[in-house]
Amino acid sequence: MASSLISNPVENSDRSRESKKKKKKIQNQNQNQNQKQTRWKTKFEQQIYSSKLLDALRHVHRNPSSAASSDTPLRGRAVREAADRALAVAAKGRTRWSRAILTNRLKLRFKKHKKQRVTVTGNSRSKKPGVSILRLKGKKLPALQRRVRVLGRLVPGCRELSFPVLLEEATDYIPALEMQVRAMTALAELLTSADAGSGAAC
Amino acid sequence: MSSRRSRSRQSGSSRITDDQINDLVSKLQQLLPEIRDRQPDKVSSANVLQETCNYIRSLHREVDDLSERLSELLATTETTSAQAAIIRSLLM
Repeated sequence: MASSLISNPVENSDRSRESKKKKKKIQNQNQNQNQKQTRWKTKFEQQIYSSKLLDALRHVHRNPSSAASSDTPLRGRAVREAADRALAVAAKGRTRWSRAILTNRLKLRFKKHKKQRVTVTGNSRSKKPGVSILRLKGKKLPALQRRVRVLGRLVPGCRELSFPVLLEEATDYIPALEMQVRAMTALAELLTSADAGSGAAC
Repeated sequence: MSSRRSRSRQSGSSRITDDQINDLVSKLQQLLPEIRDRQPDKVSSANVLQETCNYIRSLHREVDDLSERLSELLATTETTSAQAAIIRSLLM
């Protein structure tokens, strides 16, 4: 009886410590999940992105020599690249696709200057690229594998990633793209109305 | 992730479980406007991947169109720094 009385408080304190640890872990996970849920969706983030984008775009148009100013498709391309770059910066380097966008631009510039063939060796963090895909779904292998490949090509920097990592990247990339579309639409509307306003004044 | 049952035939070199995959696929499904309302068990993961690819492609196309539109607008508007400040304040 005495031994049980002694052992019980020890067990209780252990259990309470463990439960506290578990609670903290769950709280942290919840915080991470909340962060992930609101990421790319807050108005605040969109406004920051919009102002960064505006600055980048004005830079593009201040230096017409960098992109052929007479060709509209090339200018549109320059705008697209600036928008992607701003988006990658807004990601704060936490995802592979954003890092890939930023490093790809450097690689391209390097290529132009040196006129050499810089072999882009996929993502150095690629582990077991084909293994996880092959072992998981036996029957649907061709269709699933095909679609995974296509998805890997669509998300920047994700060609050689394993299946679950690729899914995670896509899960972050899609809301980011949606925010990009929202911000650019708002900017276009604003510029259209500003243009119309100033036109009417003249 | 409480249960870690794995259907893989490997000896454990792969730490990726079916539960993880299903979790990720369902999270992805919630992002896609076309199929987020369907029952998760009626949508196969291949379907989700297909929709993901389609959706990303359509988003890319939208961004390209918007880029063209913005480049034309910026060329004609010729924003001065004062106008840019006004635009920024409107955005904020």
